[in-house]
Parts: sequence; structure tokens; C-alpha cells
Amino acid sequence: MSDKKMINLIIDGQKAAVLAGSTVMEAAEAIGIHIPRLCFHPKLSTAGACRVCVVEIDGQKNFPVSCATAAAEGMNVKTNTPAIREARRDIVELILDNHPRDCQICEKNEDCDLQKLANLFGIRDLRFDGERKRYATDFSSPSIMRDPEKCILCGKCVRVCSEIQGVNALSYSHRGFKSTVVPAYNMNIKDSVCIACGQCTLFCPTGALMERDYTEEVFKNLADPEKFCAVQIAPAVRVALGEGFGFAPGTDLTYEIVAALRILGFKAVFDTQFSADLTIIEEGHELIDRIKNKGKLPMFTSCSPGWIKYCEHFHPEFLPNLSTCKSPQQMMGALIKTYYAEKSGVPASKMYSVSIMPCTAKKFECSRDEMDSSGYRDVDVVLTTRELIRMIKQAGIKFNELKKGEFDDPLGESTGAAPIFGVTGGVMEAALRTAYEVITKKQLPAIELKAVRGLDGIREATVDIDGLKVNVAVVFSLSNVHKLLAEIKEGKRNYHFIEVMTCPGGCIGGGGQPYPQGMTDPLDHTLYNLRGAGLYSIDEKKALRKSHENPLITKIYKDFLKEPLGHLSHKLLHTHYHKRCPEGIPAEIREKNVNV
Amino acid sequence: MAVKSLEIKDKEVREKFKEIERFIGSEHKLNDNQGMLMGVLHKTQEVFGYLPAEAMDLVSDRLGIPTAHIYGMATFYNYFTLKPRAKYQVFMCKGTACYVAGGGRVLEKLQETLKIGLGEVTPDKMFGLNITRCLGCCGLSPVMQVNEDIYVRMGPEKVNAILDKYRKKETKKRKVSK
Repeated sequence: MSDKKMINLIIDGQKAAVLAGSTVMEAAEAIGIHIPRLCFHPKLSTAGACRVCVVEIDGQKNFPVSCATAAAEGMNVKTNTPAIREARRDIVELILDNHPRDCQICEKNEDCDLQKLANLFGIRDLRFDGERKRYATDFSSPSIMRDPEKCILCGKCVRVCSEIQGVNALSYSHRGFKSTVVPAYNMNIKDSVCIACGQCTLFCPTGALMERDYTEEVFKNLADPEKFCAVQIAPAVRVALGEGFGFAPGTDLTYEIVAALRILGFKAVFDTQFSADLTIIEEGHELIDRIKNKGKLPMFTSCSPGWIKYCEHFHPEFLPNLSTCKSPQQMMGALIKTYYAEKSGVPASKMYSVSIMPCTAKKFECSRDEMDSSGYRDVDVVLTTRELIRMIKQAGIKFNELKKGEFDDPLGESTGAAPIFGVTGGVMEAALRTAYEVITKKQLPAIELKAVRGLDGIREATVDIDGLKVNVAVVFSLSNVHKLLAEIKEGKRNYHFIEVMTCPGGCIGGGGQPYPQGMTDPLDHTLYNLRGAGLYSIDEKKALRKSHENPLITKIYKDFLKEPLGHLSHKLLHTHYHKRCPEGIPAEIREKNVNV
Repeated sequence: MAVKSLEIKDKEVREKFKEIERFIGSEHKLNDNQGMLMGVLHKTQEVFGYLPAEAMDLVSDRLGIPTAHIYGMATFYNYFTLKPRAKYQVFMCKGTACYVAGGGRVLEKLQETLKIGLGEVTPDKMFGLNITRCLGCCGLSPVMQVNEDIYVRMGPEKVNAILDKYRKKETKKRKVSK
């Protein structure tokens, strides 16, 4: 009963009542007062590191941090006295003190929480001039850039990497003025256990952790008359890009984005959703094959490159369980430089293939050695949603006034099964829609499989396919994946097919998506639900909602690929993953090759 | 540092790994993994003389604590060192009294003889050179300390004999172990 006890307190003269165990910050939030903060996030553990959220409490000498102070009966809290305002201002000034003051030329300009706070608090003068930290910027990774000089040691990246993703690539090192956030042994990101998901870039309040920016490279290639620039856009991009232009999250702007890409100079605009449909055909047949021929089960989806890298680093024993299908991005890349090159007469050597993704790990994926089975790189460069927003703005395109564009044939058409690839549970739902009909040759009774939808980290369902009971699971966030894999190993859980997405909520919460605007945070379910609803509504509006009904898919098999899992499919659309042993993973020790 | 190339063929290293594992085994009864980390790192430094990356990897694996966090703890405390430390740490006092009495000349001689700078270690890891501030016996200045031994009224001419004493000690040890 004690856990349901209510605590009554006064905040800024208003009565507040909260459950025992709530913090002062939560109590204030409940009565409509948003206490400013930098290091606090409701879904991460509390650090109390930045001190920005200090408040005054009657009877207490110091100013306690509201994020880590429990609300107590009869407490009288003031959040906005002159003394508190001054303290907060001093705290932010002291942070700015040894922070590079180069906002105008910082990539994070206008999206920086520290900058916003300085402005919010009305800091117009910097009274202190502290010693500056000097560190080299780490450009080693194709996905993530790390600039420790801009780090304010809030530790959100450390916590999200550990608590949400279970990767633990980053930690504080050293102490005092020399404290930094670094991978183990101060190695660079590329050699560390980082799986490139980019969640840290969503959480970093400053420009210390950001996606690697390839916009200049793309602009250069667009201007090169010798190059034929083709582009593809992922499902989750179309319902989030608008946030950069004032649209509500979830607004479907597919065809406006197509129009913008044409103005930017892309000669062919394709839809990753086409190759999502293709993935379903290939992956669906692979699953049926594994079930029928007693192949390795459970089979895991392989669309999410962060998950693949995670599996290679931490769970190589599950590599044979990964679907051999390339991700839709890589499939599309391979088809552009083969099938489309053949149809259009543009030689693959002249093609420059760009993809727009909600994801930083896709940048790593496209750089993987094995992704060139056509003889050319499947995809030359990956831009995140954020980078495309920047490009559209730089080019002066009035995005809000654009007329709708159209995708190019023959890689532009998709069914309703494809857009939902961008949301957790979507790949599973799309796969089951097709698997059911391929196996039973009967029409699916209900097209929407609500059992696999939602925002719970691990979900499971049993689907009856004509007497064949197929056990499936859907999981996102690698800390959940870690739990699930452990239970599978222990034999506690038994599945045929598992959908894994690296990022919370799936690609809609991807590390390359727009920074949440206004009061929303990353990991915010309201935000994910809006973006997800956008994708589900694209699905609902399509006349064809099952991948195998896509007429262009039928055509590509007839004209080019011949059959699912056939020779050409294997060459272009499938791959194999390998154990990776970056520094910091004691694989030799773990596998007991060493007799210790 | 590369764990990639880590192949523990070296018998001596293997023995040291075993010693750390035994320590972890004995601690398991008393403490949880996070709780024993400090003690295990102490033990590791005792065994290796410093914290090599390979050993931190071993600790990481055995305790299930990420290497990044172990590295964080190892760099937080001054006590831990990530670089190999010399067998004999030479500390020359550079406090005022010792300095006035000619400690600086002794330091020059030490650098010249060992061919290393301050904070460095000789390639054979025999000697490390550091300065220290006041050892509390200014009346006997200049003062030099080698591990636990104190040498007073130092002069540059005494340096070679003292270092030789430790070199001889080591050659003797090696002969005995053979």
C-alpha cells in the first residue's frame, strides 16, 4: 500500500500531489512547470551531473538538483526565484567557460541544447574565461563523428549506449578537468565496439557526437556532368523529414521529398519500399525453406545494420541464424547498378547511388567490403534524414510549397507491406502477410496483424498458417535483444522467426532522424506513435498491401531475377556476415582458445 | 593494445592470467562482480606491475563489465597505471633544500646515465625516473629515493654505484631462478 501513498507539496505557490518516490522535477512537470535541464532524461538513469535543474527548497541550505531530489510531504519548492535564476545562469556560464564558442560554424547550431539554454536564461555576457580543452576530432567511423572539445560531460551518450542499447561503447575516462567520454582504451570509434546506431547523436545536447556529414560530397557529385546520380528513400524518412520544416511528426511527405530530390539534381528517384517488397519475397522464401528443410532457426531479420554489427561483435554464435538477405537499401543499390543500368542504358560506372536513410549505421553498412557483388559499390553514400533537411535548406528549396513528384520506373512502386518496414513489428507483419498466402495459397483473413504492433520492447505471437504454428517475436533496442538472445540460448524461448530493429520504436526512432522539436525527447512514445501512425496510414491507403502482389516485383522476377533465392538473387541480393573482433572484445579469451 | 592480435603464447603472461582468475574465484564468495572490480584491478596491477589492455579485457570478460567502464575506472584513480612501470622507481627530491644543495646536478646525472627523461622508463623496464617534493629530511639533502630505499647527501658521483647495486641484484635473481 505504501507505494500508492500520495505526497503533498507546494511548488511556486501551487499545490502539487504526487506518488511517493516521485522527484521534485516530476512533481513540477505534473503541475505544468518545466524545470530546465541538460543531463536528465526520463527514460535514462539519473546522473545529476549538469546541475542546471537546481531549485530552492525551504529549510535546505544549498540548491538541490530537482532531478535527483525526492518530493517530500510539506516541501515548499521555488523554481524561479532571482537566486535560482542566477545560479542556473552561473552554471551554464561555467559550462560555456571551456566550451568552444564557435556556434556560428558548429554543425549543431540551432539544434544545440546548451545554446538554447544560454539563450533561454538570457546570458548576454560571459564573465569567465576558463581554460579550453584541446582534443582531436574523431572522424574514423563512417557513421559517427566525435568532437570531445564540445562535450560537456552530461553522460547521456554513455547512458543511452549502456542502458538502451547495451553496447557500452562509451564511458567517462580520467578525472577532473581531464575527464572525457571515450571508447575503451581511448581508441577511435571505428575500432571500438560501437555499432553505429547513432542513438548517442540524438541524445548529445551539443555537437560532440554527430552523424558524419556527406552533404558536400553529394552536392559535388550532383554538379558533376559525368555522373548519373540516383537516389532512394527509406520508409521512415518520409514521415519524419517534415519536422525539419514545421510539419507535425508523422506527416506523409513522400512525393514532396521526391520533388525536392529532383530539384537537387537527382536524375532517378527510387523508393526503398520497392526493395522492401523484394526483401519480403526473398526473406519469406528463405524462412519457408529453413522451416521445410530443417535449416537454422530461429531466423532473424537482417534489415537493421546496427543489429548485424552487434551480432557480429557480441553474439557471433547467432550469425548462422541471420537471414542472408541484404537490407532493402543494399538490394536497391545492387538493382540500380544492374537491372536499372541495363534498362536505362546508363553504364553502372557512371552511376552515383545515394540513399536517404533514418539511420547512421546505414553509412557503415554501405561501406562494408562485401556490398559490391555487382562489381560496383551497391550504394555510394548514405545521407540521414537530418542531412537531407540541411541539403534542401541549403539549396533554397521552398519545401512547404512543393508540388508532388513521382518515383521513377521500374523501382518506384510498392505495396502497403513496405512502408511499415520503418516501424517496429512492420517487417514481421509484412513477412507474415506474404508467407501466409504463399504457403496456404489462400487469402489472408485479416490483413492487419495487430498482435505484432506496439511499442513494447519485446513482443511475441503465434500465427497459425494452415495448421503450421509459427512462433514469432519482435524486438527493438539492443538491450532487449541481449535479454531475448540469452533466453533463447537457455532454451526458455522458442521461435521460428524474429524481427530485430536496433533503434527504439524501429527506424522511426532511428539515429539519423530529426532531433525532436519543442518539448519532446528522443525515446518519446508520443513522437514514435505519430511517426508510426504516418507509416500505417500509408499502408492503409494502398490498394495493394501484400508484397507478392506488387506487379513490378512480378515483373523483375520475370525479366531479370527469375526466381526467389535463385542464382542471380543469391549473387545480388544475399550476403554473409562474419565475426568481427574489434579491440575491446576479448573474443579469444571468451572462446577459450587461450588456455587460461 | 590490439586485442585482435592477442595470442597468449607467452607462458609468463598465461600464468599471470591464471593468478588473476584464481583471485576472482576467491572473491566471488564475498562480493558481486561490480563490487569486486576495484580489488581485481588492484590484483591485476600487483601481478603485471601495471594494467595492460589484455588484462583489462580478461577482467571485463570474467566480471561481465564492459571494457569502456573498466578503462574509465583505471584512468580515474591515480593509483592505477596503464603504462608498464619500472622495477625500480627513482625519485629525486626537487624540494627547495635539496635543490639548493645541488639536487639538480644529481638529476642531470641520472638522466644522462639512464638516457631517459622525467616520467619515463628505461627500455629494459629496470628504472623509472621521477621527481618528488620534500621527503622530510632536508638536513640530509640532497635526497634520493629508490623504491623504499633512501639515499642522503647525494652527489652526481654516487649515482653510478647506486644504480649498479640494483642492476647486480637483478642479475643475481635471474641466475637463481635459472
